[in-house]
Amino acid sequence: MPGGVKVMRRPGKKGSYVRAALKGMSVTFRHMVNPRKVTQQYPDEKWELSPRMRGTHRMATHEDGRAKCVACGLCPTVCPVNCIKLIPAEDENGERYAAVYEIDEFRCIFCGFCQEVCPVEAIHLGVHYENAEYSRERWVYDLERLCSQTQPFTALWDPADPASE
Amino acid sequence: METLADGPFLVTTLVKVLLFFTLLMLMVAGLVLFERKVAGFIQDRSGPNRVGPWGLLQTAADGIKFVLKEETYPDAANLAFFLLAPMLAMVPATILFAVIPFASPLPTGWGVVHVIVADVPIGFLYVLAVASFGVYGVVMAGWSSGSKYAFLGGLRGSAQMISYEVGLALSLIPIVLLGGGVRIPDLVALQQGFAGQGPPTLGLWLFLPLGVGFLFFFVAGLAESNRIPFDLPEAEAELIAGYHTEYSAMKFGMFFLGEYAHMLTTAALITVFFLGGWDIPFWSGDNIRVLADGTVIGNPTWWKTVLTFLCFTAKTGALVTVFVWIRWTLPRFRYDQLMELGWKVIIVAATAYVFIVAGAVLVLDRMGIPFGLEYAGILTALNVVLVGILLFGVDRGRLARGAAYDVVRRLARTSGSGAGPATPSRT
Repeated sequence: MPGGVKVMRRPGKKGSYVRAALKGMSVTFRHMVNPRKVTQQYPDEKWELSPRMRGTHRMATHEDGRAKCVACGLCPTVCPVNCIKLIPAEDENGERYAAVYEIDEFRCIFCGFCQEVCPVEAIHLGVHYENAEYSRERWVYDLERLCSQTQPFTALWDPADPASE
Repeated sequence: METLADGPFLVTTLVKVLLFFTLLMLMVAGLVLFERKVAGFIQDRSGPNRVGPWGLLQTAADGIKFVLKEETYPDAANLAFFLLAPMLAMVPATILFAVIPFASPLPTGWGVVHVIVADVPIGFLYVLAVASFGVYGVVMAGWSSGSKYAFLGGLRGSAQMISYEVGLALSLIPIVLLGGGVRIPDLVALQQGFAGQGPPTLGLWLFLPLGVGFLFFFVAGLAESNRIPFDLPEAEAELIAGYHTEYSAMKFGMFFLGEYAHMLTTAALITVFFLGGWDIPFWSGDNIRVLADGTVIGNPTWWKTVLTFLCFTAKTGALVTVFVWIRWTLPRFRYDQLMELGWKVIIVAATAYVFIVAGAVLVLDRMGIPFGLEYAGILTALNVVLVGILLFGVDRGRLARGAAYDVVRRLARTSGSGAGPATPSRT
């Protein structure tokens, strides 16, 4: 036998199929009559999500429904995977706003840098994960869709433990 | 009371065929769900629970899926046999039910009706003959698919089923020795007491006086219906899905139905041969017997038929539960272990057992002990001893042994002689 091969001690001659089988049967019988089910009935019961869970984005809005975004350009700059497309514009009062603001949620890695860097607390990640769509195009969220999301904003830190201690 | 005339015979037979076939298919559907539920419980899951309350419609959903899926035909398949195989897999398991008595005879306006589709005088031989048909579906499917995995599965299936066929038949011979006939209602009646009316019977369920036969029939029946731990023809780790690898849609569904019908049939046969059939234990009111010439012994009524049918269902259900329980507990045998168990243990021991029972019957008859409860008691004592010897032999690697046995012995020999490095396990 080649060196270094560890041969485990097997029951060998003392092994008994009958008794081992009966022992196994008793174990499965206990579970059969008293299953310790741990299955979560998912669509009926859902996870309790952490407030810091980082899911798909949501844009904060003013009372009149306009997005809070001022099109400063920080979030597409900081985004490590380049999933944010921003084309700024100016209105008649000289205020900047996002003419086009799209996030490709397929490409997004949910790092949360955009939320951290946003100076006006406009773009947020949301506590949300059920995002199934029938086509890839539907995964590019435009500004209107981002504003109409309703999930809670992701908390950047735990309010009970702000310094992560 | 008279037995049935020829005219209504056709009508009642037709009704019985329709009724029992529907019943069998419904029971198969229920069994599929039951198996999945039990599998779930044993593995601490919930089992199917999405379709309908408690998942009751799951099987219906599966059936619809089977019918609607695409039928595929492999290029290399031999189409005629490819189409024939699923039918051959399902039909034998189904028609075995024809000779199984489900309940005590039912009195009707035309006479006493047997609750059995075909009360053939050679019922026992019919069981053995039709049971051996089952292998054709497996072999044909494996060979005609034109796929090496299916072919290997078919080969394994044929070898296994033919091997255990012998053990199956041999384990039933002692029943015929005691029953003195091969008509199945007679074999059921053999297990009931009739207080001196009609031919003498034992009055004891045969799993006691023929315990060893019961064990062998149970094991061989598991192997015949290709259930774990004997499901090598479809060992998915090695053979994808074995003989039905190339089948899709309802053709696969027929293999599936056939497998579950086979399981029900095996359970029903064990019930009939060893667990008293429809006999209700500790109650002599249901001991009703219709002899081959039509004489009725006992008092048939409709509510006894219902009660005995429930009893039969309960026994079969309990056995099926054990099958399912075994399936989700035991690992699959290795192929050589399977063959060793079949040829070197079951066939040999079952043959010896036939001679032992024959000898015991001869001795008991010579001693002038009347055929009855006392007779059965002596046979029971003999069988308790024999089962003890058998289990002692199978245990501890005397007849059958664990997979590691040969390896460990060889290692012990080589390291004992000083050749090779000492193994850490041997300190």
